[in-house]
Amino acid sequence: MDFLRPTTWEEALAVKADQPEAVPIQGGTDVMVEINFDVRRPVALLDLNRVAELREWDLVAGVCRVGAGVPYTAVIEDLGGTLPGLAQASRTVGSPQIRNRGTVGGNLGAASPAGDSHPPLLAADAVIEVESRERGVRMIPAAAFYLGVKRSALEPDELIKAVHVKPATGPQYFSKVGTRNAMVIAVCSFAVALHPEERRVGTGIGSAAPTPRRALEAEDLLARELDWDAPDLDPALLKRFGLLCAGAAAPIDDVRGTAEYRVHAIDVMARRTLTWAWNDYLGRRAA
Amino acid sequence: MRVTFTVNGREESAEGVWEGESLLYALRERLGLPGSKNACEQGECGSCTVYLDGVPVCSCLVAAGQAEGRQVRTVEGLAEGDRLDPVQEAFVECGAVQCGFCTPGLIVQAHDLLERVERPSDAEIREALAGNLCRCTGYEKILDAVRLAAARKAPGKETSA
Repeated sequence: MDFLRPTTWEEALAVKADQPEAVPIQGGTDVMVEINFDVRRPVALLDLNRVAELREWDLVAGVCRVGAGVPYTAVIEDLGGTLPGLAQASRTVGSPQIRNRGTVGGNLGAASPAGDSHPPLLAADAVIEVESRERGVRMIPAAAFYLGVKRSALEPDELIKAVHVKPATGPQYFSKVGTRNAMVIAVCSFAVALHPEERRVGTGIGSAAPTPRRALEAEDLLARELDWDAPDLDPALLKRFGLLCAGAAAPIDDVRGTAEYRVHAIDVMARRTLTWAWNDYLGRRAA
Repeated sequence: MRVTFTVNGREESAEGVWEGESLLYALRERLGLPGSKNACEQGECGSCTVYLDGVPVCSCLVAAGQAEGRQVRTVEGLAEGDRLDPVQEAFVECGAVQCGFCTPGLIVQAHDLLERVERPSDAEIREALAGNLCRCTGYEKILDAVRLAAARKAPGKETSA
């Protein structure tokens, strides 16, 4: 096995172009588990810890750009106001030790349907910046990034550089079902983001389909029928929203839960998170 | 490969490191520092917690090569000579050690908490230690120990919210 240690982004892209089979490692919270358990024997590890720019986040032209190496702890401490949905999801990842090492970039690279960052990224229309030496930068909307179970649109010679998310203009919430608060891989999860200026609501479903996905019909329903000036959320509309979100899920039975339970839980979490977000929105509107 | 890094203030080189090897394995098997414990090897139990550049991490999930040139502080590096760190003293006095296997990880993690928060609330202690499993289920005594260590390190300070 090779251990490759580029110190600049250009060097990292060159290494990945020359050795596309090299497995990038950032916090190691997924990659090292597979190596420790002999599930994976990569021919090379590509350590990205030394590429300092990946650990930075910034606001550029009104968009928040989070480097692929920014650990969850930094998302929680620095971005709770700007990206509240992603920060909430980050708080539910593993334990403090895991959050100190794990990154959103790594979560995207692993592309597990249960990854906690995916639902809030989908709900907030995040765009993933990837790059290769040969073809340069590609900007991939989150909704087009997840292709299958642990499969993404990332090409073998590409590396994930950053994720771009517009700062929240409305309330965002994340909800996750698990057996306890810490160290939980989601049984299923749900994220909602209100975009009041567009009179639109974004959604993200986690761990209830082969890939993280949006509940598009549920989003369309709210775009058509949600009255943003009304004092209350129409209970009938809320119910239909929950059912359409549940209908967008396509889960399986596995060790963490049954498909039937997951569908039910998505319905409940969709209604809950939308209610929380709506109540916050009413509070802001009144203020 | 050879990996050189600073461990508990001393520069050390681990020789013959396999590229897929964890920092935990290098510490225990190559550098003779068995304080950090190897249990789950998947970041679930926290028994292998060490400081990496001042931040607590599961050393089983850090590739040894990633530690090159960096600062590692293990449970062995908390005491000053024969004088135990207040967190270690408190664990002994409170009976927070049963089989002892989870203890090094809990001590490093609690040490970090008290470096950042002078008088943590119970909720903060529980949150900080959420990734450290004790299968003897001695959690109450462990909480007692962290409270005692906090009181000794920051006497007169109020517990945070």
